[in-house]
Amino acid sequence: MNQMPSFDSISTRAAAATPVRIAARVRGLSDTAIAWLFITPTMLLLLAINLFPLIWTIQLSFTNYRANRPNAPVRNVGLEHYQTILTDPDIWARMQATAHFVFWTILLQTVIGFALAYLIDRKFRGHGFWTTLILIPMMLSPAVVGNFWTFLYQPQIGLFNYLVSFVSGVEPASFQMLGDVSLSPWAIIIVDTWMWTPYVMLICLAGLRSIPDYIYEAAEVDRASNWRQFVSITLPMCLPFIMLAVLFRGIENFKMFDLVNLLTAGGPGSTTELASITLKRAAFEAWRTGYSSAFAVIMFVMIFGLANIYVKALNQVKAR
Amino acid sequence: MSANAHSVVEPSAGAKLAASVLVILYACVALIPLLWIGLTSIKSPPDSIAYPPKVVPFVHFTPTAEGFCNLFTTRSRQTPDYIAGLPPSTGGCDEVARSRNMVVVGASNYVPRFVNSLIIAFGSTALSIVLGTAAAYAFSRFRVPLKDDLMFFILSTRMMPPIAVAIPVFLMYRELGLSDTRLGMILLYTSVNVSLAVWLLKGFIDEIPREYEEAAMIDGYTRLQAFWKVVLPQATTGIVATAIFCLIFAWNEYAFAVLLTSGAAQTAPPFIPIIIGEGGQDWPAVAAGTALFLLPILVFTVLLRKHLLRGITFGAVRK
Repeated sequence: MNQMPSFDSISTRAAAATPVRIAARVRGLSDTAIAWLFITPTMLLLLAINLFPLIWTIQLSFTNYRANRPNAPVRNVGLEHYQTILTDPDIWARMQATAHFVFWTILLQTVIGFALAYLIDRKFRGHGFWTTLILIPMMLSPAVVGNFWTFLYQPQIGLFNYLVSFVSGVEPASFQMLGDVSLSPWAIIIVDTWMWTPYVMLICLAGLRSIPDYIYEAAEVDRASNWRQFVSITLPMCLPFIMLAVLFRGIENFKMFDLVNLLTAGGPGSTTELASITLKRAAFEAWRTGYSSAFAVIMFVMIFGLANIYVKALNQVKAR
Repeated sequence: MSANAHSVVEPSAGAKLAASVLVILYACVALIPLLWIGLTSIKSPPDSIAYPPKVVPFVHFTPTAEGFCNLFTTRSRQTPDYIAGLPPSTGGCDEVARSRNMVVVGASNYVPRFVNSLIIAFGSTALSIVLGTAAAYAFSRFRVPLKDDLMFFILSTRMMPPIAVAIPVFLMYRELGLSDTRLGMILLYTSVNVSLAVWLLKGFIDEIPREYEEAAMIDGYTRLQAFWKVVLPQATTGIVATAIFCLIFAWNEYAFAVLLTSGAAQTAPPFIPIIIGEGGQDWPAVAAGTALFLLPILVFTVLLRKHLLRGITFGAVRK
């Protein structure tokens, strides 16, 4: 990232040379005053709606408070909730389900997204039009579209089952994508991949286009094979972009809620109960506010760590 | 070896053809669910669940407005005798309902929920843009102490899991009387969107040469006038693109909406999944509601396509 040069321009030098009172009259508010005036409202809003609640969450996580019983006596339980969560085998099972979802969605989206970007970068006629069409799913509301996917996944009448049976010959009523313990984790992976592959594709496309032609021309002069060019030029030069997409999708899917809540709501049983759905069940169905606050804090810390890495990746890409 | 210098990096015709076939194939498969939303919205309930699926309108099924009628109205079942005794139908949805032995008894909640979505999306977008433009200008032009840390803090608020944020916000809104109010949702969506707005707009404003403002200030403009009359007009494209991104986020948001609203301020995303008919989900009505809800986003996607990349990477990738 380019560091901005210090603000030593004509106008500041002129301002510095002008007596203070006249400067104030001529120039209006000082730059420092404007800077604070412009930043403060945003910071106040974020403090009120993000930071203050975060602090409140941390405080609640040490208590047995229940939001559905606001008048019940509140007891300080110390680190009990954290201990319970971190040693609970059920929570680890939920974390495994989350990891399974994050791993496979990212793998599929990266492979398909990169392949699509590579194909689009062959610049065939009409590639702009088809790129825009491919991008549409990622712009849509995951909840509203996810809800419609439950229709596509209906065992007898759903289009998904029909098309699968059309291709494979399996009876369309013989498998339930959403109701089957072994299929439902894949049902959510399929919809997420359908929705977010375009995201990875778009970022990979930017990566491919950032590679200057002269590098390939030089490789051509050196008689490097296509495969060699791909492995030694295309992939490494795209890698920062791929990382950027992977990190962002990783963060988003780690906290995935809307799509999965509508597709399976964590079911059947708790096979697709990702971390956010566990959190919602504890906080808004069981009303264990103190306990769920501790869980939220654990998620905050993990996301915060990931966000830190993500911003570093952003700056790395920005430098290109 | 090729005589033409360009052909070194230009893919061969065969490669282009293969690439185009694969990409078009992917696009067609990926668009099937969206096509199905459109087709289901113009089917009758029995046609929508027929096996094998009915695909081509006018050939496999007769298009009908029943889905849209069911989306906008509430109906009650009546005996054929009762319906025969009613005055002649006023046509339209009334006629459709009577053919199913039903009578229209009122309007559904779809329109109020859609209006809530509009008010909340536009309200939070306007607020995010005003706050975000000011903050982005300050971050772009002035030396702000701890600038990088503040920028990271602003971005990190957007990364937070919504359910985790919703727990304390739920308690806070209950205390403040903001539960299930449009104002509460506008403030909440603004707090999420403002981070995107600051990051995106800082990128756009960084690209406007400082010399423009400096020239204006030498001509006697104050800093504020220069911001208002020089920087803002230059940043219009960026502001519009940012606004559309904010609109899309607020329009699509579900987690906060489903947890913090239930009636008066409920938006369309938590409402559409609970559209039900007799004996289960009324899929043509759901599809009609979904189609109407997604349509504005289709338009925006086409308008935004040049800035999409910037939007989804918080302004880091510009081309």
